[in-house]
This record gives sequence, structure tokens and C-alpha cells, in this order.
Amino acid sequence: MAEKAIEAKKKGQKSSEDYTYVGMVFHRLTRHKLAMVGAFMLIFILLFVFVGPLIWRADPNAQIEGLGGLFNPASRAHPLGTDDYGRDVLARMFFGGRISLFIGFISAISSTLAGAFVGLVAGYYGGWADNILMRFTDAMLSIPTFPLLIALASVLGKGVWQIILVIVLFGWMTDARLVRGLVLSLKEQEYVEAARAIGASANRIMWRHLFPNTLAVLIVSTTIGIGGAIIYEASISFLGFGVQAPFASWGNMLQNAQQFIWNSPRLIIYPGLAIFMTVLGFNFFGDGLRDAIDPKLKL
Amino acid sequence: MATRLVEVEKLKKWFPIKGGVFGATVASVKAVDEVNYFIDQGETLSLVGESGSGKTTTGRTMLKLLQPTGGKIIYKGKDITNFTPNQMRPLRRNMQIMFQDPYGSLNPRMPVGDIIQEPLDVHSIGTRRERRQAVATMMETVGLRPEYEKRYPHEFSGGQRQRIGVARALIINPELLVLDEPISALDVSIQSQIINLLQELQQRLNLTYLFIAHDLAVVRHMSDRVAVMYLGKIVETAENDELFDHPLHPYTQALLSAVPVPDPEVKRERIILQGDVPSPVNPPSGCHFRTRCPYAMPICKEQEPLVIEVAPGHTVACHLLTKK
Amino acid sequence: MDNREVLVDIKNLRTFFYTEDGVVPAVDGIDLTIHRGEVVGLVGESGCGKSVTALSIMRLIPDPPGKIIEGEIFFHEEDLLKKNEEEMRAIRGDKISMIFQEPMTSLNPVYTIGDQISEAITLHQKIDSAEAKKRTVEMIHLVGIPEPERRFGQYPHEMSGGMRQRVMIAMALSSNPELLISDEATTALDVTIQAQILDLMRGLQKKLGMAILIITHNLAVVAEMAETIAIAYAGKIVENASAKEIFKSPRHPYTYGLLTSIPKFTEKKTNEPLPAIEGMVPSPYHMPKGCRFNPRCPFVTEKCREEEPEIVELTPGHLVRCFHPIES
Repeated sequence: MAEKAIEAKKKGQKSSEDYTYVGMVFHRLTRHKLAMVGAFMLIFILLFVFVGPLIWRADPNAQIEGLGGLFNPASRAHPLGTDDYGRDVLARMFFGGRISLFIGFISAISSTLAGAFVGLVAGYYGGWADNILMRFTDAMLSIPTFPLLIALASVLGKGVWQIILVIVLFGWMTDARLVRGLVLSLKEQEYVEAARAIGASANRIMWRHLFPNTLAVLIVSTTIGIGGAIIYEASISFLGFGVQAPFASWGNMLQNAQQFIWNSPRLIIYPGLAIFMTVLGFNFFGDGLRDAIDPKLKL
Repeated sequence: MATRLVEVEKLKKWFPIKGGVFGATVASVKAVDEVNYFIDQGETLSLVGESGSGKTTTGRTMLKLLQPTGGKIIYKGKDITNFTPNQMRPLRRNMQIMFQDPYGSLNPRMPVGDIIQEPLDVHSIGTRRERRQAVATMMETVGLRPEYEKRYPHEFSGGQRQRIGVARALIINPELLVLDEPISALDVSIQSQIINLLQELQQRLNLTYLFIAHDLAVVRHMSDRVAVMYLGKIVETAENDELFDHPLHPYTQALLSAVPVPDPEVKRERIILQGDVPSPVNPPSGCHFRTRCPYAMPICKEQEPLVIEVAPGHTVACHLLTKK
Repeated sequence: MDNREVLVDIKNLRTFFYTEDGVVPAVDGIDLTIHRGEVVGLVGESGCGKSVTALSIMRLIPDPPGKIIEGEIFFHEEDLLKKNEEEMRAIRGDKISMIFQEPMTSLNPVYTIGDQISEAITLHQKIDSAEAKKRTVEMIHLVGIPEPERRFGQYPHEMSGGMRQRVMIAMALSSNPELLISDEATTALDVTIQAQILDLMRGLQKKLGMAILIITHNLAVVAEMAETIAIAYAGKIVENASAKEIFKSPRHPYTYGLLTSIPKFTEKKTNEPLPAIEGMVPSPYHMPKGCRFNPRCPFVTEKCREEEPEIVELTPGHLVRCFHPIES
């Protein structure tokens, strides 16, 4: 089996010992078709939202005076048309995208990591720590989100960090249970016992041995979470969270455009398509990343 | 004069079975039920037995990978039975374990160089450069190419993985090594290679082995002394040749007679034991072996036989011999 | 020479597996003969093709990725490889039965063992359920399980490993098959239980007269049970002779290596290292050129590296696949 790598070397290919860990993951990613498709989609979107405004300079919040400026179709002045307030849709797509991507990515990763931490500790230690943490998780899951959100709205107020906090607050529990379940089975593996036999501390076992083996699950959870977070942000914006009018986010653009679905379907299609592409891109890339870090999978 | 490296007195390991609404302990699996043995420096003591004998649990409990339910473990004169994990940590440098399963005992997501290096990392031994050097040397010692250190476990065969396991166990120069069925999962032709490796390492590094196995031919080849376990108890202990040539306990006799030999001309006089091994949750009263023993007497039901020394170094727990 | 009728005659069997990583020539030209009532041992390590041979006889090779691409398996002069699935089903469990290593996974946990044995009986014999139950109890008794009526209603998990294996044997023998294939059936058992099961199999073989194909990696087991032994390595048979010949005068370097390298239970401890065979079983994706054993053979010559040896009858009844077999 180790001879296989020697064979590969003879053919001029590189084998695992030629790379650092990051290098190896990168190398494997570039060979994963789906990951590359996802990466291109994400790169395209990132270029769109960051480089776009440098090319197309328009004020996303500038309203055109007069009724004639509303719901304009695509034109030279407004490549994606205007919205219900006469604002340039393309510009709003740029800036809305930045916000949405930021919120989506940060909250998904934060809630996954927060949940993973809880799950890791609960699963590894078991006993009363597990009990307390899991009952807490269950409690959080049982709280009716709506009344709590209203209460929080008045306390926290508007702002990007506030919405991220809210998404994390309501999202970490799923990952906690996921990771705890995984850790319960992983810690019975003999290599964990081997680590204890060597004298490894609990911390070392949790982070060096158990956590890497939960990464695959966490990556998938994060990529799924991003799309969810983007949409979630929009759906609670009416409570006064997150991005408030007149500022745009893809989520609130989508939300807002629902009432104009017969007038101006473009207003739904643009942000909808953007969110769709983002979610798909992250999912594909996430799949690739999960496969790339699995040493057993052949890439 | 041999130094006693480790001694185990009335070691118990019971696993509670919880039941009822409040999770009270309703019964116990008496995996290890008051065993006594010692291992001198440089020797190989084998623990043999079949499933349910408790040999694997004994090995792990001795290393305090499981907390003993009772009894004493004395390592180099110190009673370590109640040592906390923190107190145990420095001792772990001296006592290591090699596992049976070449597939589950290595973290699939760690390159093997890191796996072998980990004991050094945990105990902060040497500089980074020195550690990498130690890994390379160790890999060569066990017969692996050092260039393979960045490879992952699944890229190696079962025999090679066991070599990685040995390397990991020995890199911090332990004195005592518990070998938990290290070759059972390997192909026959590879088993001999690993046996040779283990013996060579023992001589070279002056190691002491607790060898847990069920293959009696291998045990005969490797051990200095042998202890036979049945249902949580040690029924007989003796030096290698003495045990195989003059087994005294009926279970030992049956066990030895059951071993097939690779010679079609030999007609084995089999002592076929009836029935199955009883459950360790509810072992038979008195002598645990009485339900299958061809020589069971009334006293065997009432009293547990005491361990007596019938000849120097040869101890047995059987009423047949106490009568004499 | 064996006077008994030839029961199974495998000629040039090739069973390959087509996987993503390449082609695995699991069985690459195996010839094997089993006579009526004969106990034949098929011995080898992982990757030698012994289990795949058994599954090929039973036509249980998963397709994909496996395919029997060449050869003939004659059972009473009929080629099993030419039969359709319905015909094979009539043979499996009836004329040819198989028992496996892990009785826990071969037995259905939600049915009692009595039901499972009865099912095996009624599948092939036209008798009513009351009669089947009677036969089942007889079988349970035949395989040495005490209190057969009570055991009828037990579930697999209520029984020990040795008991479960007896149940498997009962199921396999319920139709009085002509051939019983035992694929590592005692490997997972404790040595005292193994002794019981081997004893049972020997007794049943004498009583019922069926042929047994014992597949194992354990040379000691096969020494006890088999009359004829075939040694397999990397998909080919490298030596085939009577049990006595194999152990007294092994001619193939692999057989010789195996026999000398295993620790001897009956010999006192020396401190000598075992004469182990160097190297490893070749990867099925990278079979060596020439003789498959050549990288590990202490007597290898240039010819061994270039050409593959054919099987040759050195002395009557003793077949070896080697350019330079060991002197007897």
C-alpha cells in the first residue's frame, strides 16, 4: 500500500509527504470538481460585491424623484432597473451583498463553533456536565423564538453585530447535539484510549483527536447555515433587527419585493438568484472541503 | 536478584449495570474479581484466557486506564491505586500499551509521524527537532521507512500499523508494556514478523511485558511465566515450561488439550468442556469453574478455592489440590 | 488415488473484481477437486482468494463489482456457472450449504432460532410445519445443544457464540447436503469452543457422510480436520496434497515458510527468533510479475521474476506451482 505512493512518484505525481497539511488540502481541493465549481461561484460573487461598486458607481440609496423613476426595467442608466423607491437595483445588489455575505458567513461559523464547543465538552466529559449542558440546550430549543425575539429587539436594537448575535443565539443548539452525538461514539475508539494511555490531557484529546474528526460534519453544517442565516436575517428584519431601510441586504430586498411579485418580478429574481448562487457555491465548496480533509478519500 | 516492577493485589474491576427509574446499580459485571500477580523487571508474563476471562480488563486496569473497583496496584514499590490523573501523568512515561486493533487504534486523521511523536509532545520531551529525529529513529527500529511519516494510517497494511503502534508505545522509553492481543488481527505470516520484533525490542530496550493473548502457541514462544484466567479469576500461574508440561488446574488442562496442532499425525486427547462460559454478572458460587469442571466436588459449590503454591513459582486455585 | 466419486470439480476459475482503483484478480486460475465425503482444506491468508472461491461455488459473488470471468465449476458433472438463479437457489442450502465466521450477523435477530432452522428445512423440503418443527428439534439435538425443545424458542442474542455456530450448522445440515462449505467458521470462537465445534463437525461428517470444504488461515485446524489440503496465495493454488504430505514434506516455499514460521505449541521456549517470511502479501492492484510469491521467496531466481510457474504433479497426488520446489 505504501508502495502505491512510490508508484505514483515514478509517474511524476506527488504524494502526501510532499505537502504541508494546508498545502495538501489545497492541492486536493483543486482536484475536486464540485469544489472548484463552488469556488468559482463564490469568487464571482465576491468580485461582484467588492469590485462591482468600483466599476458601477451609483448610490444605492439615492431615490429618483417622481413616479416615473419607480420600477424601471433595465436601462443604460440602471442596468438592473430600479426598485419601488426608484433606487438603483444594481448598486443595492452590491452593497446588500456585502452585508448579507458578512452576516451569513460570520453567524453560520460562529453558531457552528459555539455549538461544537458545547457538544464537545458535553460529549467528552459526560456525567453531570453532559446533563447540565444538554438540558440547557433542550431548554433553549424549547423557548418560543418569537416572543424572545421581540423582547431582544427592544434591548439590543439595530445593527449588524446584534443580528449576528441573535442568529447565533438561536442556531448553536443543532450543532451542539450533532457534535455531542458524534463525540459519544468517537470517544469509544481505541485511538482515544491510546491517547489517554500516553497521558494526554482532556484538552488535548478533545481538540487534537476528537475535534478534527468532527470537522466533516461541521463544515456541512456551516455551509448549510450560511444560506439559512441570510434568509433568517431578512425574515426578522421587520421586528427591527438587522439591516433596516433604506439600507439594503439581499434578504430584505427579497423580503420587500414579495409584494411586487406581479409588478416587477425582477426585484425578486435578482436577490433570490444571488442568495441561491451563494448558498449553492458554499455548499459545493463545503462538500469539496469536507472531502479534501478526509485522508481516506481518494482525490 | 530480580526487581519487582509491578505487583497487583486482589485487584477488582466491576462494571455496574444500571437499571430502574433512578439508574441505581442493579448488578455488576465482575470482569476482574480479585486477581493477584506480579511482574519482575525484564520478564514477560502472559495472561491467557478466553472471552469473558477478564484478561483485557486486567491489563487496562493495571495501567489505570480504568479505575480499579478494589485492590492494589503497586508500581516500583509505590501504591498507585488511587493516583489521580495528574499524578499518573508522569508515570505514564513508564507504562505503555499496544492495542489489538490495527485499524481503530490509530487516529485516521493524523499522519503517522505525528501519531508516533505524540507521547513526546504530551510529556514535552526534547526540542521539536529532537522529537522529529526520535520519530525517524523509532520508525527505522520497528521496520518502517522514515520517509513515510507524513502518510496516514489507512495507507498502511495491518502489520505496518501494528509497527506504528509499537513505535508509539516505545518512543518514550517505557519500562512496562502491556500488549493486548497485538497480533491476533494479523495474517499468519506477518504475526511471526511482529513476534520477532517484539522480542528483539524487549532484549534491546530491557522491556517488561504483560502479554495478553489467547493463542497458546504464541504464548509458549514468548513468555517467561503464564497466568491462566477464567471468569475474572486467575486459576493457575506457573513458569512457561512448567505450565505447559504440568498443568494442574482442570481448566488449564482442558484449555491446553483444546489447542489444535499443525500436525495431522498427532491424535489429541481432548478434554471437551461441556456447556458455555457462565455470565460474569452472575458467576457460579464457590469455584467459578465448577459448572464445567469434570472433577467438581460438593465443596467446590460452597467455597472458593484459595490460591496455594504447589511448587516454587507454581500456584493453583483448586480444591483438588488443597485436599492434599 | 481417490476412488470416491468426484463431487465438485473446479477448473480454471477466475473471479475478478472491477473497482474504481483497478481490477482485483481475487481468484486467478484455481483448480480444485472435492470427492464425495472428502474433507478438503483450503488454506491461505488475506487476499488469497479462498473466500471468493467459496462464494463463486455458491454463485454469491456480488455483481457488480465482481464477475466470474472464466472457468467451470462442475457439481455432479453439471457446470454451476451455467445455471440460472432459480436453479442455484434450489442447490444452495439443499445440496451445498455454507456456514460463515460471524454467526451473529448470519442469523436474523428478530426470529427465533427454531423458526430460522425450520425455514431452512421448509425451503427445500415439502413437509408441513409440524413435521418441520419435529425435524428442527432433531437437528438442534444433533448439533449437541441441550434442551432442544426449549432452545427452539430462543433468540440468537440469548445464545453464546458457540451455540450460535451450532445453530448455523444445524441450518446448514438440515437438508443433508452433499457439500458443506465452512468459511472460517471457528475463527471467531474461543479455543475450547472451537474444539467442541470441530469435534461436532467431525462427528457429523462421519455420520452423514457429506463432503466438507474447510476454509481457514489456521494450519492447525486444517491439520486436524482435512484429508486433503490446498494452499492458496494471491489468487492461485500453490500447493495441493494430502494433509500428511503437506505437513511432512511441504514442497512450495510459501507452505514451507508458513509451517516453519508459526510458533510451536509443543516445543519449549527457545530465545531464537522465528524464521518469519519477509515482506507482505502483494496488493491486488500491483501483483508482481512472474511468480506471485517471488518478492518474498528466499529461493527466488531470475526466472521466477519473469515467468509464472504452472502447477505440476511432483509425486502422485502432490501438486506444486513452483520452478524450484523444495526437496522432500
